[in-house]
Amino acid sequence: MDDKTLIARRVALELKDGMLANLGIGLPTMVAAFLPPDVTVSFQSENGIIGMQPLPDKGLVNPDLTDAGGSPIGALPGASAFDSAFSFGLIRGGHLDVTVLGGLEVDEAGHLANWMVPGKMVPGMGGAMDLVTGAKRVIVAMTHTAKGAPKIVPHCTLPLTALRSVDLVVTELAVIEPTADGLLLREVAPGVSIEQVIAATSARLIVPAHVPEMSL
Amino acid sequence: MKNILSPAAAAALVPDGAVLMIGGFMGVGTPERLIDALVLAGAKNLTVIANDTARPGIGIGKLIDARLVSKVIASHIGTNPETQRQMIAGEIAVELVPQGSLAERVRAGGHGLGGVLTPTGLGTPAEEGKIKLDVEGATYLVEVALKADFALIAAKHADYDGNLDYAFTARNFNPLMAMAGATVIAEAQDIVPVGTLSPDQIVTPHVLVDHLVAKEMRHG
Repeated sequence: MDDKTLIARRVALELKDGMLANLGIGLPTMVAAFLPPDVTVSFQSENGIIGMQPLPDKGLVNPDLTDAGGSPIGALPGASAFDSAFSFGLIRGGHLDVTVLGGLEVDEAGHLANWMVPGKMVPGMGGAMDLVTGAKRVIVAMTHTAKGAPKIVPHCTLPLTALRSVDLVVTELAVIEPTADGLLLREVAPGVSIEQVIAATSARLIVPAHVPEMSL
Repeated sequence: MKNILSPAAAAALVPDGAVLMIGGFMGVGTPERLIDALVLAGAKNLTVIANDTARPGIGIGKLIDARLVSKVIASHIGTNPETQRQMIAGEIAVELVPQGSLAERVRAGGHGLGGVLTPTGLGTPAEEGKIKLDVEGATYLVEVALKADFALIAAKHADYDGNLDYAFTARNFNPLMAMAGATVIAEAQDIVPVGTLSPDQIVTPHVLVDHLVAKEMRHG
């Protein structure tokens, strides 16, 4: 299993039956494919739909039905479409149960930076700030390091996405939960040691006496 | 019946320096024929308020390619390297606004509000230069209303009077902008007789629309 698949499969276990979820572009989008068969989740795309699904066939493309990255999608029976103010009302107003986003950095306070690298990459925040501020639960799905450099750091050096702390960080090495006391190491990936996680993390980790392996 | 204009005649209404709201999300729900006509008409120093600048050669990206835009207010430009290049070269000013705040600023502009209070952007670069308010124990940013000289709207259907409905995710900012533009120009995929759209189906009532972009006979 490659790293991204492992992360997506572990995040999928956080989605519960009946939830409204928003998945970011890229790795987070992969999560939908790994839902347990007995779990039904409604997926929102912030460009204005609840009930999106992967396009069943390329020949069914509709230029007016796309995800937030502009790629064609399908819609399930019971799907609904709405304008951007309503869509972000869902996000900010406490109606979105969970969002899964990528990350550039997460720090010991649980702060996320995921939208710009000053001087290098200024793409804009899109919907990320509203999603992290407003979703009931925020899960960061990202690789543990970037070119060997830790992404879980004492303090974010990049501009923050929100003041709100994220709820869970899932990487190919570990599951980490930001708490009031700091970053709690909850699980390690299959075959990964606690020492390997600590070595790949520059933030201080709280390591309990027993750290279970991810059950995938 | 609504005022029917060719794309060229509609584009000719837009002067140099105009502030435009343009519907669409990555080019989906953007009035493409109006954009093409604007590129030919060549009005310059435009301010564009929109979710994004799509990609080079697509939707608002065509206005960027033609260097007709001097300021962009958008939630992201990450998919358009040409916008980023012009920004870094100092040829275009870009104000980045969180997407939900951008939608609310447009909505406020069209609904007679001075702005909205939102927690989004607190503690981030998005709060720079903005007023913070403590209201009932929580802190908010003041996001001020946006208005425009023109709103360029894409719809699924327009009837002869200018009532509009929208399709799927092509709705996005369009109905919000139809409220916030001093002059509203709507381009529909199909123009249908009055009465074809049911009252419950109409999202943007005809009173908001000033001009419809004409269609031409086309088969296949």
